[in-house]
Amino acid sequence: MKIANNLVGLGAGLSILTASSAAWAALGQAVPWQMGLQDAATPVAEGIVSLHNFLLIIITVITLFVMALLLYIIVKFNAKTNPIPSKITHNTLLEVLWTIIPILILVAIAIPSLRLLYLQRDIPKADMTIKVIGNASWNWTYEYPDLGLNDDKTVKVSFTAYLKPREEAAKDNVPYLLATDVPVIVPVNKIVKMIVTSEPEGIIHSWTIPSFGMKIDAIPGRLNEDWFKATKEGVYYGQCSELCGKSHAFMPIEVHVVSQADFDAWSEKIKTASAEAAREYLFAMLKAEGQLAQN
Amino acid sequence: MSNAAATHGHDDHHDLPTGWKRYVYSTNHKDIGTMYLWFAIIAGLIGGFLSFMMRLELAEPGIQIFHGLANMVYGAGCDMAKPDECDAGKHMYNVFVTGHALLMIFFMVMPAMIGGFGNWFVPLMIGAPDMAFPRMNNISFWLLPPALCLLLISMFVEGPSGAYGAGGGWTLYPPLSTTGQPGPAMDYAILSIHLAGASSILGAINFITTIFNMRAPGMTLHKMPLFVWSILVTVFLLLLSLPVLAGAITMLLTDRNFGTSFFVPSKGGDPILFQHLFWFFGHPEVYILILPGFGIISQIVSTFSKKPVFGYLGMAYAMVAIGVVGFVVWAHHMYTVGLDADTQAYFLAATMIIAVPTGVKIFSWIATMWGGSIEFKTPMLWALGFIFLFTIGGVTGVVLANAGVDRSLHDTYYVVAHFHYVLSLGAVFAVFGAWYYWFPKMTGYMYSEFVGKLHFWVTFVGVNILFFPQHFLGLAGMPRRYIDYPAVYAGWNEVSSYGSYISFVGVVIFLYGVITAYARKIPAADNPWGVGATTLEWTLSSPPPFHQFSTLPVIK
Repeated sequence: MKIANNLVGLGAGLSILTASSAAWAALGQAVPWQMGLQDAATPVAEGIVSLHNFLLIIITVITLFVMALLLYIIVKFNAKTNPIPSKITHNTLLEVLWTIIPILILVAIAIPSLRLLYLQRDIPKADMTIKVIGNASWNWTYEYPDLGLNDDKTVKVSFTAYLKPREEAAKDNVPYLLATDVPVIVPVNKIVKMIVTSEPEGIIHSWTIPSFGMKIDAIPGRLNEDWFKATKEGVYYGQCSELCGKSHAFMPIEVHVVSQADFDAWSEKIKTASAEAAREYLFAMLKAEGQLAQN
Repeated sequence: MSNAAATHGHDDHHDLPTGWKRYVYSTNHKDIGTMYLWFAIIAGLIGGFLSFMMRLELAEPGIQIFHGLANMVYGAGCDMAKPDECDAGKHMYNVFVTGHALLMIFFMVMPAMIGGFGNWFVPLMIGAPDMAFPRMNNISFWLLPPALCLLLISMFVEGPSGAYGAGGGWTLYPPLSTTGQPGPAMDYAILSIHLAGASSILGAINFITTIFNMRAPGMTLHKMPLFVWSILVTVFLLLLSLPVLAGAITMLLTDRNFGTSFFVPSKGGDPILFQHLFWFFGHPEVYILILPGFGIISQIVSTFSKKPVFGYLGMAYAMVAIGVVGFVVWAHHMYTVGLDADTQAYFLAATMIIAVPTGVKIFSWIATMWGGSIEFKTPMLWALGFIFLFTIGGVTGVVLANAGVDRSLHDTYYVVAHFHYVLSLGAVFAVFGAWYYWFPKMTGYMYSEFVGKLHFWVTFVGVNILFFPQHFLGLAGMPRRYIDYPAVYAGWNEVSSYGSYISFVGVVIFLYGVITAYARKIPAADNPWGVGATTLEWTLSSPPPFHQFSTLPVIK
């Protein structure tokens, strides 16, 4: 266990090298020349980063080991330095070792791996729920059933997020192909369950936020569940992750994690105003609090 | 390649055909193997062109190439001054992604390894005069040019309305491949795969029968060269997995054209059914793509180390294990579709298991070279490159097997990097290794060692610069099958594109080497490789006679 902790610590060090060195990973999106996973903003993402670091150490050691053996072979066993080839074609001990040791390594990987898998897929009791619908017109519709239903049982708060065009994204100082016109707003430190589907006669899409460590396909005729608990306020981006036609690269996802108070203020506003108006209202609040760099 | 004027001893003269009939009506495994190899080169050049255009596009953020390309090819009418308002190029990119994969998998790697080297050398290695069903062998080949034509035609007929070509990815998931591409392009692509699949199934029948029944006296299964073992396992995988693909794509065809609703949720169907069926074929398919490569590497490493392969039985049965276990891991391609946790846990564990026999093979090749007396000729360079680079590709596969981590990496460039390492830097390296290893035998001419080595080094540098940075892109979150990307991903994308330009130079060097080898006509010995080349093909002339082993050799 201690060895594992040390290894993970070493891995954390490695991860700083890979995730952050030439590219200080910002929360919620990649940075230029990034070499590692995006910074984690949920316990699940932390688990993913940690397991990946562990795996990275193992695979690096294996690769370097194989490389070292090959280099040794090239130097020591070429026709000039070793004119007479040996005749050895068996060594039972070696064959047993190189079967058993990989099995042990795989078992060592499987234990934290399975733990992470069940952390991801055992959906905990949710504080709030958001329904996500992937549309055939290459954008995402979000519904907040917790904020109330209309008389005809449709969800009161429902809006569609569109890709923010290039010029507007530049004007608003946000990344093109990541920013949407209206973001998804969620409160910090709350368990948010996402119910993800696709338009009934539509195509498969996939909803993901790398910093949250979540990705779940949006499939017509199927309701998929996923969850996250964002532990840091901020702006988080994701992109559709299942080929869905010509504008597959043009249907991004933008999530703002805000304090519970800000979320309550926004959700009050959006029950009666438009999504754009609620966004303006929230952004004005966040700017006043000094929390928002974008326009 | 089999020189018509080579000795065929006391055979009747009228059984050596000439002209076009020799090839169109062929019943000769060497001629058929040759046709497969030329076919694979042509398909590889087309597939490489598609990927080259994709890398040109991805070299910088924004859409620079594909709108103009769509204008040129389809008269799309994009205003090049307003690329963001145009759509034509975007679908065309998806068509290129789809076509690149289908071409490389079904029309390059498989024809080269199984149809090409398999046909040429399995009969020779087991001491047989030909395949069990020589005429069926011919139809296996001749199904492929029409299949290729259907795929190429699909790029010029309507896919989604107003656009051309089938852009559903080689994985063809519905509903994108059904309601998302109503035009005939997808139907052409489906029919193309049907023909290619039929070709492989017939070939599988041929190889299984040949290997089981036509080994020379004294050649037990446990004395067969490992290349023959690799082909045997591969063709069993083909026989069992291709019918499932055929079923799945037929269901696509009927959903598209005959009113069925296998994958239509509103009528009780399920898109995920397709994914299960496809990947039940798709996962064995990737082992089909690599297992003959394993066999080739065993032959090359043994020859140039002047040692028999270490742990022969372990090597043979590792391939069998990979083949068998490869049938029960398919859903590791589906970790994000909403499978329940226990299902994902099973597939995680089963997938990890495959790392064990694969590791046995890597270590056995290293142990084969250990204590050897190695000549670093061109084939051996490719084999060494394979061992190192396939290890890298293999370990990233272990990373992806972990469903928890795959959550973040699925459908990103990490997956693209992984499979290109095991394919472009694994399977393709094995194909080139086999090419140089067996070129003297097949043609009777020696290639230029200098050009061969130059080809290796330029390619080695190029493909590593191309694909290694894609690991970073995937970890950083860049999705795959994207024509354009957020500006943060520009750095490594530019590097990767430079790798593709270098690799292109490698291809040119390869072609130059082929042309000059034929032009120089330097004769090759029966066995140019020395004491390490112990399999039966090296006992024959270079090139071998049109018919060999009319009298069966006896194996001690």
